[in-house]
Amino acid sequence: MQRTAEQIEHDLLRPLFHSSGKYWIAVALAGSLLLAGVAAFGYQLYTGIGVWGINSPVFWAFDITNFVFWIGISHAGTLISAILRLTNATWRRPVTRCAEAITVFSILIGGIIPLCHIGRPWLAFWMIPYPSERHIWPSFRSPLAWDFFAISTYLTGSTTFLYLPTIPDFAAVRDAATGLRKKIYRVLALGWQGTPRQWQRLEIAMHIMAVVIIPVAVSVHTIVSWDFSMTLVPMWHSSIFGPYFVAGAIFSGIAALILTMALLRKLLQLEEYLRPIHFENLGKLLLTMSLLWFYFTFAERLTAWYGNSPPEMAVFWESIRKQFAPLFWTMVFCNFIIPVPILAIKRLRTITGTAIASFTVVVGMWLERFLIVVPSLEHKFLPYSWGTYRPTWVEDTLMASSFGFMALLYLLFSKFVPMISIWEMKVGLQPHGGFPVVVTGDSKHHGLVLEGPLPRDVAE
Amino acid sequence: MKALYGLYADPEAAQRAVDSLRAASSELKFDARQILIVSGEPHEGYEFTDSHTTASPYRWAVLGAVVGGTVGYLLTTLSQKSYPLPTGGMSLTPAWTNGIIVYEMIMLGAILTTLVVLLIGAGLPNFKGVITDPEIGTGKILVGVVDPPENSQPELERRLRQAGASQVKQSSAS
Repeated sequence: MQRTAEQIEHDLLRPLFHSSGKYWIAVALAGSLLLAGVAAFGYQLYTGIGVWGINSPVFWAFDITNFVFWIGISHAGTLISAILRLTNATWRRPVTRCAEAITVFSILIGGIIPLCHIGRPWLAFWMIPYPSERHIWPSFRSPLAWDFFAISTYLTGSTTFLYLPTIPDFAAVRDAATGLRKKIYRVLALGWQGTPRQWQRLEIAMHIMAVVIIPVAVSVHTIVSWDFSMTLVPMWHSSIFGPYFVAGAIFSGIAALILTMALLRKLLQLEEYLRPIHFENLGKLLLTMSLLWFYFTFAERLTAWYGNSPPEMAVFWESIRKQFAPLFWTMVFCNFIIPVPILAIKRLRTITGTAIASFTVVVGMWLERFLIVVPSLEHKFLPYSWGTYRPTWVEDTLMASSFGFMALLYLLFSKFVPMISIWEMKVGLQPHGGFPVVVTGDSKHHGLVLEGPLPRDVAE
Repeated sequence: MKALYGLYADPEAAQRAVDSLRAASSELKFDARQILIVSGEPHEGYEFTDSHTTASPYRWAVLGAVVGGTVGYLLTTLSQKSYPLPTGGMSLTPAWTNGIIVYEMIMLGAILTTLVVLLIGAGLPNFKGVITDPEIGTGKILVGVVDPPENSQPELERRLRQAGASQVKQSSAS
């Protein structure tokens, strides 16, 4: 059933003014996880980073796994949203804001994790290049300095990409609200009115942002991969790491987006907007990425196996047959064997099916990040330096709390911002379905020429 | 700031109203720039929306990218020369790795410039008050005249209704 502009505005503003009991239970659960993480971090600060399981030679473990995982998840939003915007995919409209919000929050969380890892976070400003009394300067040759620039740029770009199309919706909330809420949204809307000039400027800006943000997103995860591949550690020093990480990031990002959408439609009663077609289309993308992930994993392992270099083979067999084999094969099951049949068979590519496949992919991709980091560090080139790593409760708690923090940020965001772009949904109601139209003749005789296909209901 | 406006259910009617108001502007002694159009979503393909078309934001974004790249280049090379690290005979200012910083700064420059150009071009922020109507949320388009001359109001109201306004109202900025 075609909804009217009034219904759209009512439905999408409703979660801001009324929340269900399920919503508040979810907030409480996520908040509890976050509090547990804050307590664990406080204990770590008080006691020292020795409460972690990291040691020589495994200096990186859970935290870098989480860092790479969350930066990977951030590829869900901005990249997918930008591609769908540029290709004018009309089915994107209910999806884009959910996706863009994931990006901003997961980069924030990803950015916090290195701060935890440095042990003395109050000295984090030493990473910022500024003339100081220490007469030291960040080394621009270091991939960690590249991380700083790449993640800062991506966070700035993604926040802008999220905020700009939200301005008209802030104005819609402002016009619907009263009292203090009205005052807050008045500030957030920046005095947006909705004049043709403002719409035109906004659309151009979104177009530029979509073009710019795609290469930034690709560069960010490539640079994260270079944190590993620029070092001489077995199985890390590989030129395939850049595209492998980018593909993995998009893979995990799409999975996180599907999972989030499935939860949101229930929590915020958005069933009329987040429809089976959105899950089916994203499910197809997830299937493609699952196949691509398998291709990259196979290519990476095959190259190592064929080279038969002893240090690399030590890591290789540790992953596949020995200590890490249960995790490795769980990863393969979660990322390939479970999702591919679910997503390839149309009958199974339902909302529940895609959500299950996405859940396994999120688990599998976390394991993939762990299996990149730990087995290689445990088995470096010289066997006398080999070591083992076991996470402690502090690391487990911090990891769990990062999920809680993400959920809490997302839930609170959905309380303040319409999770589906109201104005973009209204554009979809226009007779030409929101496709660009051009005017022929003078302004008094508007001959509208459609660019692109007619929506089915109009064509009929 | 006050406005007399009509609310239109479709963009064709809004376009008729805009055309009618423009035609009457000299006779009723108001500037065509006083004509106000407000909608809850963009309407592409109509003269009243496309009259603002300009390519300048793209040029500004490119300029921002150039500035960002230059800042990145200067940041890396000047600091590497000012704070030299032992490089074992390798280049003090390596183009390969500096290129990564320059690339990110190019993108950051383009992003920030796009944001600033949007805000300036769209007249944001504007906290002086806006003229709006609850009906805009239901899909209506507001077309009217800001601060219309007192004696012209009956004629303006007639023209707004003739173009197909479902309602004609008078409102102040809030």
